[in-house]
Amino acid sequence: MYDIEYLHEATSVEDAVQVLARDSQARVIAGGTDLLVKNRDGKFPAAHLVSIHELHDELDGVTLADDGTVEIGPITWFHHVTTSPVIQATVPTLGDACDTPGGPQLRVSGTIGGNVCNAATSADTASTLYAYGALLDVRSVRGERTIPIEEWYAGPGKSTLAQDELLVRIRIPKDHYEGFTGHYFKYGKRRALEIATLGCCCLVKLSADKTLVDDIRLAFGVAGPTPLRALKAEEAVRGLPLAKAVEAIGALAQADTHPRDSWRASKAFRLQLIGEMSRRSLVAAARKGGATL
Amino acid sequence: MMDMRILTCTVNGKKVQVGYDPRESLLDTLRNRLHLTSVKRGCEVGECGACTVLVDGVATDTCLYLTQWAQGKDILTVEGLAAPDGTLDPVQQAFVDEFAVQCGFCIPGLIMSTEEIVRTGRTYSRDELRKLLSGHLCRCTGYQDVMNAVEKAVNWCVEHGYSDQAGARA
Amino acid sequence: MKKLREVGRSVVRVDARDKVTGRAMYADDLCPKPCLEARILHATIGNGLVKSIDVSKAREVPGVVAVYTCFDVPDITYPVAGHPWYAASKAEKRDVADRKLLDARVRLYGDNIAVVVAEDTVACDRGLAKIEVEYEEWPVVYDPKESLKGTEHPVQDRRPDNLVAHTLAETSKEKLAELGYASVDEALADPCHHHVSIHVESAEQSQVHIETCVSFCYGESGRIVCVSSTQIPHICRRVIGQALGIPWGDVRVIKPYIGGGFGTKQDIHYEPLNAWICQQLGGACVRLELSREELFFATSGRQPKTFEVEATVDDDMNLRARSILAYSNTGGYIHHGHALVLNSVNSFRWLYHTQEDVIRCEAYTVYTNGPHTGAMRAYGVPEGNWAAECLMGDIAYDRGWDGVEFRMKNAIRQGFVDEFSPGNYISSRSNGLAECVEKGKRYIGWDEHKATYANETGPIRHGVGVSLFVYKTAVAPFALETATASMTLNQDGSIQLQMGATEIGQGADTVFSQMAAEAVGVDTEDVHIVSQQDTDVTPYDSGAYASRQTYVSGTAVKQTGQVLRQKILDFARFLHPDAQGELDLRDHMIVDVVGNKVCDLCELALEAYYNMDHNDQLHAHETVNVHTNALAVGCTFAEVTVDMPLGQVTVDRIINVQDNGRLINPKTVEQQVHGGMSQSIGYGLYEELLVDERTGRCRNNNLLDYKIPTTMDLPDLEAQFVETDEPTAPYGNKAVGETPTISPAAAIRDAILDATGVKFYHEPMTPQRLFEGFRKEGLV
Repeated sequence: MYDIEYLHEATSVEDAVQVLARDSQARVIAGGTDLLVKNRDGKFPAAHLVSIHELHDELDGVTLADDGTVEIGPITWFHHVTTSPVIQATVPTLGDACDTPGGPQLRVSGTIGGNVCNAATSADTASTLYAYGALLDVRSVRGERTIPIEEWYAGPGKSTLAQDELLVRIRIPKDHYEGFTGHYFKYGKRRALEIATLGCCCLVKLSADKTLVDDIRLAFGVAGPTPLRALKAEEAVRGLPLAKAVEAIGALAQADTHPRDSWRASKAFRLQLIGEMSRRSLVAAARKGGATL
Repeated sequence: MMDMRILTCTVNGKKVQVGYDPRESLLDTLRNRLHLTSVKRGCEVGECGACTVLVDGVATDTCLYLTQWAQGKDILTVEGLAAPDGTLDPVQQAFVDEFAVQCGFCIPGLIMSTEEIVRTGRTYSRDELRKLLSGHLCRCTGYQDVMNAVEKAVNWCVEHGYSDQAGARA
Repeated sequence: MKKLREVGRSVVRVDARDKVTGRAMYADDLCPKPCLEARILHATIGNGLVKSIDVSKAREVPGVVAVYTCFDVPDITYPVAGHPWYAASKAEKRDVADRKLLDARVRLYGDNIAVVVAEDTVACDRGLAKIEVEYEEWPVVYDPKESLKGTEHPVQDRRPDNLVAHTLAETSKEKLAELGYASVDEALADPCHHHVSIHVESAEQSQVHIETCVSFCYGESGRIVCVSSTQIPHICRRVIGQALGIPWGDVRVIKPYIGGGFGTKQDIHYEPLNAWICQQLGGACVRLELSREELFFATSGRQPKTFEVEATVDDDMNLRARSILAYSNTGGYIHHGHALVLNSVNSFRWLYHTQEDVIRCEAYTVYTNGPHTGAMRAYGVPEGNWAAECLMGDIAYDRGWDGVEFRMKNAIRQGFVDEFSPGNYISSRSNGLAECVEKGKRYIGWDEHKATYANETGPIRHGVGVSLFVYKTAVAPFALETATASMTLNQDGSIQLQMGATEIGQGADTVFSQMAAEAVGVDTEDVHIVSQQDTDVTPYDSGAYASRQTYVSGTAVKQTGQVLRQKILDFARFLHPDAQGELDLRDHMIVDVVGNKVCDLCELALEAYYNMDHNDQLHAHETVNVHTNALAVGCTFAEVTVDMPLGQVTVDRIINVQDNGRLINPKTVEQQVHGGMSQSIGYGLYEELLVDERTGRCRNNNLLDYKIPTTMDLPDLEAQFVETDEPTAPYGNKAVGETPTISPAAAIRDAILDATGVKFYHEPMTPQRLFEGFRKEGLV
């Protein structure tokens, strides 16, 4: 039993944002896999919850807009992101990332929007959404605005989403994914039911002959207090022959990230992982793009 | 305190109406109000899978599922699997035959995830099955006989066209 | 071995059907809801005193029924370990009483200082949040060696030096003199031999049964009934009686099916507190369930230990001398105390004490402000095995010897008698180890893989490893071994069997049924075992621990079955005085000496119940007192892939080959071996309760951060056996349940050494430790 004082099952997005505007204590609950765990842990007793769990018509599912933008409803289960034909055809690396949180049951309760709003650096979709440059549409009674993912994270577990705002759509424009192949590498201490010790997403666009790195995005989770892109490392390998890029990327990524010591892993070990995972992710991404390595 | 609410849904093939406290998880309601005690509480945070049931055919951790959300849903637990004459369902039978059961606490959850798998009507590699069951922790079996049972049940169900029957029953 | 009828059959488990249909009832399933809920307030300091507690705000929380603090409970200390109690004649063997229901003296982070009782768990939690505690805080000591230096405030006043116990068993001065040594140290320093010395550590492992610890208590006829998830119902009754200061007969404990125990539930944790609350509230039904998070620090895990290990070895692969010095961290309370580390160092000795002349086993158990510890599957032996096998692996690797050949040259053989244990009870009367090892080698492809993997370079490498084990059965001659069984012939010729020994998932009920059938002469299907223990009606037994039940309680079953069988035959003689010669019971019939049917068993049974002249409900109830022991042996072979840059080990294949004597039910034994292997793989690679040494607080007390293997972390687990006929056992059987948990971790360590040449000494070999090891050797 949860310490809930007020539970409203929203009937529409409009209804949800109205309640959020009225009740400054209200929080949004979607899949519940994060919020209920925190509530049970005593994080916010006597919770006021606005459930968007049943808003399938407005907030669930993946579609492809006419301009090629991938549009993902925030209450889409991880599992449905993975299995979506649109995702598989456009941003398959995001589908792969959504196949890694927890276990199968979690992936049919946990939602991609919840993963974003949770704003944890370890969130499995964070580095991939970062690499794809996702746009986050949020709505409140005050109106709608778009927050680029680069501006989403305000600190560990904190986002720039206001209390009265609701994430209503995740968008990935066509030019953010077209021509890229990618790889998400989750490093955990076991192979399931795991929180990432480190997450790494590499997207790469190869030259026509598959030998040069035309473009690259390299993003990490748990390499800093928030998800981040290794922009300097990207810049340094852009235009390099693929083999050279593979050789260089590890050290470049290590220089561009700031992991810390914790009881879960030492800084030295995380740096080792950053180097190794960057290299392996680039190789895997390039192979998917047709490179022979 | 919030007022009690009424849940109307289908549980093990029967229409059910039951009063619930909106603070309850589906795990609480199934165990304490409907006495479906096969639904086990192991961790309450979606890590162990002991409370897994099928909600509209999907294997779901009921500890992280508010009862409120079960409104109108179709819920299946281990208590609803055997035939009216007591004949075990093929998944249950495979768990017995393959010695997959030790302390038995995680077993109802594992069986329900296997039920979801057999209802797809296809076969899977052992590694695929390992992944599909990776949301369950078992401390007794090392999963060895569990995997044998699941593999056997899945193959048997495909050979005997069981998914269609199960579909019809649900 | 003589073939038996019911023993040796893989009969389907008697509990399987109920467990797949949801009909099997566990403690919480039986609890009438709604009932009162109780939750504990745990101290938020690691060492010190509760000076005062203000519960007034907590009492005002709607739904809160009562709040009790450490200042309200009786001033009684009691022991909690699942060991037999002793009468005055052997009072020195009693466990130490160092627990109180709630205690103002905070010895560890999370100690129990108050309890809130409320109408639901949310009200409990809200009440707990409103309690204000004033502490006097003292520095925390977690390292046992630091603790032994003395602390201003001893952890337990009865031990001012924080030392629970110190023991030393070493080769006698006389024997040393014969060998030309003045001391063990001199033997270890003998320049004729090669000397090895290592430091080994093993972490605290948690049992992680999927059912948490839960009990509910209610009043009945002025007594207290406690329904609990326990391995030891009779001991639970006694401890509740002791803790509350009431006659033991005023307590009734019921133990239904339990969702795993692995040693946690061989301690009495919260049943006495719950019973006391129930008593305070006039017998109202109170439920007390620990959360998953509480289990990690509020129940007892495997003791963390360090070992200094030394050996000398000659050029012919003979160990000449070994020494082990162990420090065991019991935490703030003694629970099982020194027995655990004694098991570590004893098993270290037994496993390879065949060739060597000199041995020294020294052990300290120390109070600290760490989490209290206790029994976990294999009770100290996996740690001792880790120490023994790190040593053997290093010697073989450094000298370029074959690890199997070296081990077998020194390993325990038939005829071994432990010179340091009382009597000749610790001795190897049946020993299939050599055959086990041959089977294991064949399965893993030892020689082939050793050759192919020898010259690997690069970041990803492969290796094979081996480890042996020895394990005693039950606790004689060190402690009391007693068991009682009760059997009744039903009207239809079937048998009712009632045991004090408990089913905890290991399959006890099934093998008891088989042994009963064997002894009486009926089929297993004719035996109806009462799975639930109820101390009001169940015969006495110490309970499930020490891999004792099939051996000790099995002896009671056999004896009881034989008595009942004789009573049946005697009654047949009464009914049929003219029947020819010696009578026999088989195929549900009484037959005469030439095999002709005298009567059906069910016919006899009806006469027994309803004969007008002489009816006699045929019943037997026998207690046995077992003084013997038996040594199970076996081995693990493992094959691994090591990805050095990622600090990752994959166990590709693994096999345990075991001599557990005769297998009563080969499939249920196999089940036990699979589970034990998975726990040891977890111990070797993942599992470790992390304690912040500054505060004493557990860092990873949840299933996400404390990592037990998932379906995706384990390979297929292979279990094979070599059957021997143990002469001291009821049916040739030896310890099973704990044995597979011993050797896999060390075999994985040996395989990593084979793959990479890097020696790891700290269990578990987590990615962090693997990375550090590979980096130190310049491999990453």
